Amino acid sequence: MLIRKPPSIPTSEITPEEIYRDRRRFMTAGAAGIASAALPSVLQAGLQPDDTVTPESIVTQYNNFYEFGTDKGDPAAYAHEMTTDPWTVTVSGEANKTGEFAFEDIVKGLDVEERIYRFRCVEAWSMVVPWMGIPLKDVLAQFEPTGNAKFVEFETLYRPDEMRGQRGFFSSIDWPYVEGLRLDEAYHPLTLMVTGLYGKELPNQNGAPWRLMVPWKYGFKSIKSVVSIRFSEREPVNTWKQLQASEYGFYANVNPNVSHPRWSQATERRLPNSLFSSNRIPTLMFNGYADEVGHLYAGMDLRKYY
Amino acid sequence: MPPATPQSLVKPAVAVAMLAPWAWLGYLIFLETMQSGAGLGPDPVEGLLHYLGEWSLIVLLCAFSVTPLQRQLGWAVLIGCRRMVGLFAFTFVLVHAAVYAVFYVELDGRLLLQEIIERPYITLGMASLLVLTLLAITSTRGWQRRLGRRWKALHRWIYLAVPLALAHLLWLRKDGYADVALYTLWAALMAGERAYAWRSRQRKIPT
Repeated sequence: MLIRKPPSIPTSEITPEEIYRDRRRFMTAGAAGIASAALPSVLQAGLQPDDTVTPESIVTQYNNFYEFGTDKGDPAAYAHEMTTDPWTVTVSGEANKTGEFAFEDIVKGLDVEERIYRFRCVEAWSMVVPWMGIPLKDVLAQFEPTGNAKFVEFETLYRPDEMRGQRGFFSSIDWPYVEGLRLDEAYHPLTLMVTGLYGKELPNQNGAPWRLMVPWKYGFKSIKSVVSIRFSEREPVNTWKQLQASEYGFYANVNPNVSHPRWSQATERRLPNSLFSSNRIPTLMFNGYADEVGHLYAGMDLRKYY
Repeated sequence: MPPATPQSLVKPAVAVAMLAPWAWLGYLIFLETMQSGAGLGPDPVEGLLHYLGEWSLIVLLCAFSVTPLQRQLGWAVLIGCRRMVGLFAFTFVLVHAAVYAVFYVELDGRLLLQEIIERPYITLGMASLLVLTLLAITSTRGWQRRLGRRWKALHRWIYLAVPLALAHLLWLRKDGYADVALYTLWAALMAGERAYAWRSRQRKIPT
């Protein structure tokens, strides 16, 4: 299901009707079963038989985006203050094509695909989200990284007058937010630059105009509202690691066997839940994507590289 | 019925104020039953837990403030509210912990034990609950009589319960400490007043 389209056109207008209906059925009926019927393998990856897609209202109203405040409702309340057009992305470091690029120029001509991914937060809650995005590989290849590029580092927008969380006195985060991947992780076919969800343009609180999505890592790796891409030889120091290295590492692969120092990672609370069911499910190694990504970490001590 | 004086209205007013967060919670739960997520947010269990937790701390700090306020304002009637406010605080903490055990952990004994051990902030919260339970049980006149002078010493354990509650909140946070700072300042002011009053009393005792 390769959909090539500008993100502002609703999926319903462009997806063949039978696939569109299939998607609806898929969302209500539970994910993996339908996915295996007709969709390409990247779509089936990771999804478990019991997975159902989380309602859009939760995906867009329950967010960690500390740039707008630390409450889960803050991003939905305040992210509209962020201007996302025009959007400039600075590309730098170990690549042949560096400089400042308009966001539209970077994504122009690249295929936007719908991918339904499991999403696991380091705080032990999780969702299943239908993202629209471009494989990060296709984005990065345009800049022709050199042989020295071993890692890629991303930065979120820093604009305190539009991002009230960055003005806060009581935050210990050194803005801008920084995240990074090893280049082979970045080039993995599951790794996406997301530009939409639920067939719609990406809402600001979810990281408009584009954000990273690495489904086998804890959510904080999937940096939002990206304005800088830097190819480097050395491992970037990501924000949470910088803040509390004993609790958050560079890799941050979902791993039920390695507890966060303050809580267990063995289970997760799948959203939506209700007052009478916290919907607790076991957490899976690499968030269920072990078959696809396990080889990337062969021989590594995942207790040390958490 | 004696005529209402400003003094006689204090206790009912305090009671109404203490009931307000429960009334509001009732309204939120009503909204939640009408439409999922409308009252308690997209994660209603966590929404309920955090609501109760926040009010637990606020009302606990209120209870901690009664004596200093009474001393500074000279309103003797406030002392008559102290047990009531304390019991309101205990009720919030108890319901907060019960919601955690029933709705969050879903009465999974092994998970609960694991959480208490593995999550230090839960250990601290449970310790605070334990102290407050002891204070609530011994808050009756009967226990006051039975314990005599030891009653006051026992109820000084509030000095442990408050910092435990503050640490519980601070430790569960990843970032964003504005409210923690505010609550800590509040507790520090009330502790400061006590230290000041204690020193004043020491000076008055001839040596």
